[in-house]
Amino acid sequence: DTSLAKQKTDIKTEPSTDGFGNNNANDGRVLSASPGSGSSTGSNKQTAAVTPEDQQTLLAVLQFLKKNKLIESVEILRREAGLPENSLDPKATESAGAGSGGAAAVAEDQPDVRVVLSAYSQQGDPTLYEVYYSDLKKFIETVLDCHRAELSQVFYPLFVHMYLELVYNNHESEAKAFFEKFSGDQECYYEEDLRVLSGLTKKEHMRGNETLLDFRTSKFVLRISRDSYQLLKRHLQERQNNQIWNIIQEHLYIDIFDGMPRSKSQIDAMSGSLAGEAKREANKTKVYYGLLKEPEIELPLDDEDEEAENEEGKPKKKKPKKDSMGSKSKKQDPNAPSQNRIPLPELKDSDKLDKIMYMKEATKRIRLGSDNLPSVCFYTFLNAYQGLTAVDFTDDSSLIAGGFADSTVRVWSVTPKKLRKVKSAADLNLIDKESDDVLERIMDEKTASESKIMYGHSGPVYGISFSPDRNYLLSSSEDGTVRLWSLLTFTCLVAYKGHNYPVWDTQFSPYGYYFVSGGHDRVARLWATDHYQPLRIFSGHLADITCTRFHPNSNYVATGSSDRTIRVWDVLSGNCVRIFTGHKGPIHSLAFSPNGKFLASGATDGRVLLWDIGHGLMMGELKGHTDTIYSLRFSRDGEILASGSMDNTVRLWDVMKAFDDLETDDFTAATGHIHLQDNSQELLLGTYTTKSTPVIHLHFTRRNLLLAAGAFNP
Amino acid sequence: MSERRFAEVSRESVRLMAEGAGVELGDDVAALLAEDVCYRLREATQSSSQFMRHAKRRKLTVEDFNRALRWSNVEAICGYGAQDALPFRSVKEGELFFVEDRDVNLVELALATNIPKGCAETMVRVNVSYLDGKGNLEPQGTVPTAVQSLSDDLLKYYQQITRAILGEDPHLMKVALLDLQSNSKIAALLPYFVYVISGVKSVSHDLEQLNRLMHMVKSLVQNPYLYLGSYVRSLVSSVMYCILEPLAASINPLNDHWTLRDYAALLLSHIFWTHGDLVSGLYHQIVLSLQKVLSDPVRPLCSHYGAVVGLHALGWKAVERVLFPHLPAYWANLQAVLDDYSVSNAQVKADGHKVYGAILVAVERLLKMKALSLSQSAEGHSGAHPGSVVGAASYRVNSPGLSPPPEPLSEAALGIASHLQVGGAGCHWEEWTPVPLPAMYCELYSFFGDSLAVRFSTGPGFGTHSPCTPSQLSNSRKEPPGPASNLDTTRKMPQLTANLNISPRQDGSPRTDPPPPSLSGTGSRSKSSSSCSRQRSAGLSREVFPKARFTSPQTTPPAFSFLIGGRQMGQRCQGRRPFQTMFATTPPVSAVPPRTYAHKLPVIGRVGKPVRRWTCSHYSLHLPL
Repeated sequence: DTSLAKQKTDIKTEPSTDGFGNNNANDGRVLSASPGSGSSTGSNKQTAAVTPEDQQTLLAVLQFLKKNKLIESVEILRREAGLPENSLDPKATESAGAGSGGAAAVAEDQPDVRVVLSAYSQQGDPTLYEVYYSDLKKFIETVLDCHRAELSQVFYPLFVHMYLELVYNNHESEAKAFFEKFSGDQECYYEEDLRVLSGLTKKEHMRGNETLLDFRTSKFVLRISRDSYQLLKRHLQERQNNQIWNIIQEHLYIDIFDGMPRSKSQIDAMSGSLAGEAKREANKTKVYYGLLKEPEIELPLDDEDEEAENEEGKPKKKKPKKDSMGSKSKKQDPNAPSQNRIPLPELKDSDKLDKIMYMKEATKRIRLGSDNLPSVCFYTFLNAYQGLTAVDFTDDSSLIAGGFADSTVRVWSVTPKKLRKVKSAADLNLIDKESDDVLERIMDEKTASESKIMYGHSGPVYGISFSPDRNYLLSSSEDGTVRLWSLLTFTCLVAYKGHNYPVWDTQFSPYGYYFVSGGHDRVARLWATDHYQPLRIFSGHLADITCTRFHPNSNYVATGSSDRTIRVWDVLSGNCVRIFTGHKGPIHSLAFSPNGKFLASGATDGRVLLWDIGHGLMMGELKGHTDTIYSLRFSRDGEILASGSMDNTVRLWDVMKAFDDLETDDFTAATGHIHLQDNSQELLLGTYTTKSTPVIHLHFTRRNLLLAAGAFNP
Repeated sequence: MSERRFAEVSRESVRLMAEGAGVELGDDVAALLAEDVCYRLREATQSSSQFMRHAKRRKLTVEDFNRALRWSNVEAICGYGAQDALPFRSVKEGELFFVEDRDVNLVELALATNIPKGCAETMVRVNVSYLDGKGNLEPQGTVPTAVQSLSDDLLKYYQQITRAILGEDPHLMKVALLDLQSNSKIAALLPYFVYVISGVKSVSHDLEQLNRLMHMVKSLVQNPYLYLGSYVRSLVSSVMYCILEPLAASINPLNDHWTLRDYAALLLSHIFWTHGDLVSGLYHQIVLSLQKVLSDPVRPLCSHYGAVVGLHALGWKAVERVLFPHLPAYWANLQAVLDDYSVSNAQVKADGHKVYGAILVAVERLLKMKALSLSQSAEGHSGAHPGSVVGAASYRVNSPGLSPPPEPLSEAALGIASHLQVGGAGCHWEEWTPVPLPAMYCELYSFFGDSLAVRFSTGPGFGTHSPCTPSQLSNSRKEPPGPASNLDTTRKMPQLTANLNISPRQDGSPRTDPPPPSLSGTGSRSKSSSSCSRQRSAGLSREVFPKARFTSPQTTPPAFSFLIGGRQMGQRCQGRRPFQTMFATTPPVSAVPPRTYAHKLPVIGRVGKPVRRWTCSHYSLHLPL
């Protein structure tokens, strides 16, 4: 049962990767003063007073330990809990777990899932659920305005957990009534989840349902000011509303902060993800977002270009791409990671040549800005009946690759230079290996063509990425593999297996060698081209990873997910260093700014959000698209953000203005409670409509001409 | 939930399916199963939407659904992968619905001779949107220097079109011109076409080619998808070339370069009226260059002719501004040419008559329009604008593309056309002052004598021609009576009125003084054979001419009425709308003796034959392209 295995890994990896490991400590701190008559579940657990539910949980844990041959632990636990010797006997388990009825029997072969679900088995009077909920609702509606918005955040997670409890305890009709009565009150951006939830009316359905597991395995995070929290606590204490208090304690993580309660718009800006907001600690880790120093490359002296001559004067000049904001300092950026934090491949001669080409091109770059927009060049895929699913350009814009739903990968040359294969081994033996133009001689002129097709996948190709040196191409597919293709022979070199589920996206590191992939199995993997197993596994997302992006300094990886969060991972440690919430739909595109400071994300909700990586703050919201944003790209100097969407438009945004306009003071920066202006219209510099062609890829050439691509969709 | 949020599978359906598989189900079992099936279907649909999103599509396909099933370890459903919609049928008797599933005869398919063609090769094509830096799409047609390469298709189009237009086959030419006029995708070719057109100078010997090029201009100008931008200037200069230059083709008197000039003049005014706003000061430049040619006695008469028709096409204000003040000076030259009866002068004299005819047409309209504008300003801007009645009736509706002149004119009263003064740096018309209508009429009358008067006295004669006059406009103001004897002159020279196909509203309304040109009209000219010679005339000042032939208009405003027939273009000769004026009430001013030299031109306008010929040429200009 593969899905089970997957859940298992989720559960196990969760605590170690994203700071959930300190759950208990947090619980203790936050909820130390539990309300009511002292029947706090937390203390119950610690004292191991054997209520039926807890016993059941304990048994499950024992079972798990035994299964994994952890005999000593079994003994210790049993001794501590005071359980009888035979408690692990199936029959005994069943009788002990009588409270949860048939569930134990059904879940016999899946002890840990049962553990997860059994937390819902605590019984309350099902008819009182509505009363509890409406009582709380009434209370929250009567509190002061400033608290109401904050406390209203509680509604959604409470609603979901109460509904699931009802369903779990077989109160189907009550559950339906409860749902009908209160689902309308929830924020509109939870609509999608509510729809899933509404279909779920039977306990049997709960098993294997991903949404449910997401709710159970992760605590819903709320940020509430201390004052508001006190209000809520006092109210629940007065009312002896233990049902709700228990849920809050068990399934919610309330992140209390001191200071002004947030406004409704501030809350709305940050909420919407599957598991609430990010905890503040989650974004406290230092991130080295600066760029690596470029290696020194001597420009050839015979160059007559006057621009090139200028550059000879300062051979240490960094790659212009990197100092996008105009800071041409030769010094190491204080925010940059050390040069060898991540071992990077050495530059080959051809790479150096390419860098020189890059610098030459960069001198001819058009400086973009709000008063100087780029021209747009649209590459339309015609006759793509099989379905175009992914596009990538090489950095020098000489090649374009498309991944198709018919499992093929096609590469086109967009320059007059045709694509050629290397000669066969027999023919290669014949050529003069000492000649200067040996690289030219190895190519087989007979194979020259404008495009090449590569076969190998057995499912739609969802992600595609060129290596920086243009010798390789990566493709990820529904068939669960990532394939590495040679662009010299146009054959597949390696199939990286590991995801086992559809791989939605993959991308090469900007320095080559490494690549990242992410897919339906909710983990992102870091690979090196010469290892058939992943080097890192980034686990923590609660739903599919839909897009992956490398930071320009190759030390970090950003992933966007269907759980509506963005996570930034440290390649070195494998830890999650940033969690960004605020999108209201699955995230389908990410882009780092060329200076490494900012991240832009686009989602199915048609909005682009801007993030400051260093501070972990939301920097702006760009509204305008009416459909999923499939592509985002910063201009080479970072002044302009281009977004391409399913709504057949390319839009250009003045991101410099967005960053400059944001008013931040120390407090807001510290808490992350940015007050965003609604100035999308001012920031929107232009909208360019295609002819029935969804824009699925964008690319700025080295001279800042904007290239866009998509398949004509009649 | 009150409304049903999901499609549901009924227990009956479940039972039927079970029966189909040979299993009997109890009611409760069926109900449970039905519910579970619904849930599983929803689950599968939800996960299949993920595949749709990642395939970057809006449409959920069977393929997506099958993938979702496969990943949840359920067998995929086969047979529904077709792209086209599956017909859903019902059987009345059984209340059954099913998807039609026709048998495919594999043998037939295998042996079929019409092998379906494979899909076209998947390919990538480029389309560039140039921005002007401000985010506006660069106006189509301007070719950015950055990336400019014509696609093969465009290149081919260009070659075919130019070949067709400049080639022999008139039918091909028609087709090509039509396409040029309506094709929306040729913006990139505009500079090339403009370049071709600028080749007029190299084909000045070939009247046919010139004509074709002018037609090309017309097509380009009329193409609603083209933004001519600064190319207007280039087009105008090509057109002006055809109007004004003593073309090599005109050396041979058999060549009808007059028609070309007329056509080009109309084209000019059309360009000006539709695209004049693209280039500032265009009107001014045109008028200036026309004036320059007109006042240059060294130029051949055909150039002068061009200048006159050009001014005429630009509107009566241009005529008033430029031609009228210059007339006395010019008249002496023309007179000399016309008076020379020597055989060697015959050709030149013929040309002179052409010019004479053109001037006559121009000043006639000037008079008419001026009178009209006067009456309008006099009768007031109150209430019903008399002009609008006729405007509505006139068959030429002012097209929206005809913009007002770049510099709006002041109220039509006496045509104090401010815009000419505004821009005319250093040109002599700055000291121009409007001449009152009566004085103008007198002066003109002194040149043209009865030939002119005829224009205002055709009422009775033409009344018969306009039975279907849709509306009549009568404006009152002064007027010299038309002697009845002029009647037959009129009939013989209908062409002289041909170009008054302008609705008074357009002319009279304050902001549109020159009439929007219609390419359907041509400047009329009288066919005559006389001669001409070049002479420099001593500039006669206007004071020379008698100013007031009319008794103080202030005290007893004379009345004068027009009757404009709004006849549609019909059969050949009736094509032109008759224009008539009716003069009522006022006492005849016939006492005014025509200037002596006017009497020397009795034959003008009497040159019979042309009617038919003119009509023909009219139609030739009018090829329904």
